Amino acid sequence: MNLFSIAWKSIRQRLLSSSLTAFSVALGVMLMVSVLVIYGIMDRMFSQQTIAYQLIVGPKGSDLQLVLNTVYRVSAPLQNLPYLYYEELKKDPRVELAVPFCLGDATEKGGFPIVGTTEEYFEHPFTPGQEFQIKGKSFTDSFDAIIGSEVARTNAWDLGTQFQLIHGGAESHKHEEKFTVVAVLAPTGTPNDKTVFIHLNGFYAISGHDAPLKEAVKRWHEFSGKGTSDSEINAAAAEWAQKCGIPIEEPPHQPGEHHHHHKACDVQKEVTAILVNMKSVALAAMFNGEMKRGYKVQAVNPIIPMQQLMSSILGNVRTVLIVMTALIIIVSGVGIFVSIYNSMSDRRKEIAIMRALGAQRRTVFSIILAESILLCFGGGILGILLGHGLVFAAAPVVQEQTGLLINPFAFEGIEFILLPGLIALASLIGIVPGLAAYRTDVARALAD
Amino acid sequence: MSLELSNVLKTYREPDGNVLTVLDIERFQIASAEQVVLVGSSGGGKTSLLNIISGISTPDRGTVKIDGTEITRLPEVARDRFRAERIGFVFQTFNLLPAFSALENVLLGMSFSGKRVDSKRAAQLLERVGLGHRTSHRPSQLSVGEQQRVAVARALANQPSLLLADEPTANVDVKNQDLILDLIREACAESKVALLMVTHSPDVASRFPRVDRLENFNRAAVGAGAAR
Repeated sequence: MNLFSIAWKSIRQRLLSSSLTAFSVALGVMLMVSVLVIYGIMDRMFSQQTIAYQLIVGPKGSDLQLVLNTVYRVSAPLQNLPYLYYEELKKDPRVELAVPFCLGDATEKGGFPIVGTTEEYFEHPFTPGQEFQIKGKSFTDSFDAIIGSEVARTNAWDLGTQFQLIHGGAESHKHEEKFTVVAVLAPTGTPNDKTVFIHLNGFYAISGHDAPLKEAVKRWHEFSGKGTSDSEINAAAAEWAQKCGIPIEEPPHQPGEHHHHHKACDVQKEVTAILVNMKSVALAAMFNGEMKRGYKVQAVNPIIPMQQLMSSILGNVRTVLIVMTALIIIVSGVGIFVSIYNSMSDRRKEIAIMRALGAQRRTVFSIILAESILLCFGGGILGILLGHGLVFAAAPVVQEQTGLLINPFAFEGIEFILLPGLIALASLIGIVPGLAAYRTDVARALAD
Repeated sequence: MSLELSNVLKTYREPDGNVLTVLDIERFQIASAEQVVLVGSSGGGKTSLLNIISGISTPDRGTVKIDGTEITRLPEVARDRFRAERIGFVFQTFNLLPAFSALENVLLGMSFSGKRVDSKRAAQLLERVGLGHRTSHRPSQLSVGEQQRVAVARALANQPSLLLADEPTANVDVKNQDLILDLIREACAESKVALLMVTHSPDVASRFPRVDRLENFNRAAVGAGAAR
């Protein structure tokens, strides 16, 4: 019989009070595990691991907003960048990959955001080291669409499904163009799961996604520093009109009028952002610095604003939650202390019997310590199981309510220190009742 | 010689500051495998004597030798180990641990000795005391007579050279008294274990070949009368 089996017998003898004290530890640990796991999921969602691009290039403005609407597809997009700038950037010898990203509109069913992009988006990992798994084929036609797993699940869409888009989410402005699902993405645990990707050409073919020619030429000239006088704009617009085979001024649309999709001129096209990987990290940093000096374009390392957000706001929330749950565990520990300490007066005789049978002082001390450790450890294991059970049970509900994708099997590395921490706490708790056992006056206790 | 006490003095300080002498023994001996019953009035210092012999308490002066080892010179840890290995204890109130089965109570006796915990031997001992069929019963599921028999098995678990029994039949009925006395005496004789049994019952004392009255060799009892 070892110390733990002797301690276990004692725990079983006081089953109700032992179970309740261990359960209080379990509840504390359950809360801590849930907080850790959910925070870990959020941290991963909003950090480096969510996107495998060095830079997001977009118009000047809030870097956080640019990241939020490009990566997470929440918050309103900033001003757009000219498509021609994307073309220029792509040719920059320092750039390894530049993927256009146009955010706008939503699906009629489910209200999922629409992103216009190219097939390069799917050829590049969605997070470092993780490639998209695609069921179906990549873009071949302008009206092809690739949908995220959540879109497919929620809308019950599959390959071949046709759908229409709603302009800006308002149902009264349904676009006439029909897109066809050509591929469904396997779940990624990222906002891609809740996005509908359409071919960039299809995006531009939708009316309203391009500015009137003259206005677009003016904007481009302003952006690129070319002449902006009326004569210069008119001349350039005429040139573009001829090049693209479109009239300089389109007739005004009548209310309620539907029009067919059309070929847009490059100068009219705009992108919300450009996802960029430079040929080296140093070049990315250099480019980032260049953009900071300019006043039209910003290049944002997507990790930084999110990390700032996480550490400044959510980091504090996490600390508060961890401190609170740690306090709950400590209070449970005090419960264990009270339970064991109160039992000591009843157990003086038992301890004296063990001592009379030859148990040393340190042996009875260790038995009490082992009892405390078993209660904390058992409570801790139960708490970890309950915590993960809670996350498992809550994952679909949270996903349903908030759209936050939670891996029900998520495990946090920090949990590995929970059990050693509990054992340390248990050892601390066990010291005082252990010393009471250590100091038991055997002759007197046997006589009582 | 199995047990030898020389010039043992044990005093207690009372709450009012007076010093009370409980034991003052010049010499007391038990030979190997000898069976001795010690008779004395209640509060006469019998239990104090057993505590000193077993090393639970230490005398103010004097020596206690068991099988040649002067346990009064040993530090507490060594005395505990010596007690676990060489001395068996049977108490008046059995003192079985309620959370443990009969077998586990016997094993518990072994586990503090540092020797291998021998379940087979523990089961054999329970068989020997007639409880082979009740090894998994807890004390609360056993009669008082059965509980005391488990206590006897536990006391013999480590093959001691000396068995101390403190009024082991005081809490059992007459039928069980005879059974337990016979059991203890037979088991000690079989294993050549010296036995020192304390009692205030003349009936129990009459069964032993050697009966010592504590008052006869404890000088503390001659004076004002011991309180313990």
